Amino acid sequence: MEYVIAFIAGGCICIIGQLLLDIFKLTPAHVMSSFVVIGAILDGFGIYDRFIEFAGAGATVPITSFGHSLLHGAMKGADEHGFIGIGMGVFELTSAGISSAIVFAFLVAVFFRPKG
Amino acid sequence: MGLMGGTWTFENRIYVNSSGTAVGPKEAEGPLGQTFDISHEDLHCGEDNWELAERRLMEQAIDQCLTKSNLQTDQVDFFIAGDLLNQNVTSNYVARHLQIPTICMFGACSTSMETVAIGSQLVDSGFANKIVAATSSHNATAERQFRYPTEYGGQKPDTATATVTGAGAVLISQEYSDIVITSATIGKVVDYGLKDPFDMGSAMAPAAADTIQRHLQDLNRTTNDYDMFITGDLSGIGSPILKDLLKEEGIDIDEKHFDCGLMIYRPDQNVFAGGSGCACSAVVTFSHIFNMLRSKEVDRVFVVATGALLSPTMIQQKESIPTIAHGVVFERAERGVHH
Amino acid sequence: MTNKMKDDYSNQIKQYQPKPNYIWNCTKAFVVGGTICTIGQVINNMYIYVFHFSEENAGNPTVATLILISALLTGFGIYDRLGQFAGAGSAVPVTGFANSMTSAALEHKSEGFVLGVATNMFKLAGSVIVFGVVAAYLVGIIRYIVSVSLS
Repeated sequence: MEYVIAFIAGGCICIIGQLLLDIFKLTPAHVMSSFVVIGAILDGFGIYDRFIEFAGAGATVPITSFGHSLLHGAMKGADEHGFIGIGMGVFELTSAGISSAIVFAFLVAVFFRPKG
Repeated sequence: MGLMGGTWTFENRIYVNSSGTAVGPKEAEGPLGQTFDISHEDLHCGEDNWELAERRLMEQAIDQCLTKSNLQTDQVDFFIAGDLLNQNVTSNYVARHLQIPTICMFGACSTSMETVAIGSQLVDSGFANKIVAATSSHNATAERQFRYPTEYGGQKPDTATATVTGAGAVLISQEYSDIVITSATIGKVVDYGLKDPFDMGSAMAPAAADTIQRHLQDLNRTTNDYDMFITGDLSGIGSPILKDLLKEEGIDIDEKHFDCGLMIYRPDQNVFAGGSGCACSAVVTFSHIFNMLRSKEVDRVFVVATGALLSPTMIQQKESIPTIAHGVVFERAERGVHH
Repeated sequence: MTNKMKDDYSNQIKQYQPKPNYIWNCTKAFVVGGTICTIGQVINNMYIYVFHFSEENAGNPTVATLILISALLTGFGIYDRLGQFAGAGSAVPVTGFANSMTSAALEHKSEGFVLGVATNMFKLAGSVIVFGVVAAYLVGIIRYIVSVSLS
């Protein structure tokens, strides 16, 4: 059942993205940047955590969860270290994602050739 | 030397002595695949990177062109070329091997006819005996400079066009041959305020309309005087717009209009609205259209290459797209006196 | 005076531009995006039940695995075709983020590893990181001020 919910939730977020691409003619970069900001704002209101509990990977896989993780890390840092903690914690939860993206992108660039 | 508006009528007989074309895999698989001199099975054309591949294509096209006329590079007076890349690197880096006095020009996808027009003028005015005009484009070099990395998963709309991978070269002189260049119209930069880099056909249609209209006006001719009006890469979106723009001025080219971007690919080749790029008009004209002239299927054609003069920076600064179209008239030499 | 096309060109040509098939595009995005998320759920569960990660921590290797798959698909030249088919369905999941980094890095290999691969890696993904961090800071500061002033 959790698979069905993940499928539907993730799919719905992608539909919103597709409509932004088709109707408002935004570039993919604009759509992704907007989604990240929306993810951070939704986590600011505490909504995104509940969405993750409900939809599982349907909420953690889309790029919106990146915004959520950034804010979550910042808030965790603020809890521990006060105001400066916002800057100390912001990359804490997203570290796995960003570092693996950098490393894997680099490795693929080393071993592969673009095909056009 | 006849000058009317922006149209040159050449006093002397200017001939296309030979031409050379080299293309990539997609073009070789297209409907005109058999008409090209050289084709490659792989987009890298046997080279290490995309820019080297494009240079290879241009070198091969020029080589074919000169071989067919039995000429060496030191017998050519001027090399006139252009391409899509920043600083025209393909043309200039090829020129360093040729060691022919070089005139490099940028007309985006209109470069093919721009170089032929200027070259014909040099020959007609006696300032050159033999010139080689060449242009090239490559799908990957254009994608990575103007749009996105080639492996990026961004979705292109149906109005987009696919840059042709290829190069075309012609040798022009006053020595008798079977195809004669009789006149050329130099385009004006036209900008009707469109900003979408994924729909260049719509942006370029007004430039083509302006050039065709001025040409017919300057020479006091009608559409009946031509067998074909061929545009470079207006594609499936720009072609109907062009025909309607001209109809509003009382010019009907419905039956005689053909677009190189629609001729070079089949609809099932995943090319959205059609082909584009400098090479589009070049390879189709220098192979297929010239074949039609030689085989007497047509007597006189007006080839209008259309170019979109944008840059990624200009698009990001929310500028609109200026466009230009240069046209050249090719005729069957045995047709007789040209007026 | 007759109204010609050129007098109102950008509006007049709208009739020539094919409208995207909204329903079909959204369907493709829904199916592909949903599938990627479901695969993510499967991988997540695998890390919890097979590799004994806690529910909280399983998200990290899950995201890393999806990114690895996406980078490989980009390297094999498959992701761009998936992207053309699925649109937002492949761009919105974190796999799209990985694809944007990998494709940029791969494309600029010809300029060397330092000035080509490394410098250009964030060409397309940079905006996501920048806006994410700036948004997190702003929202974080607001939340902090609110929580401090309420206590």
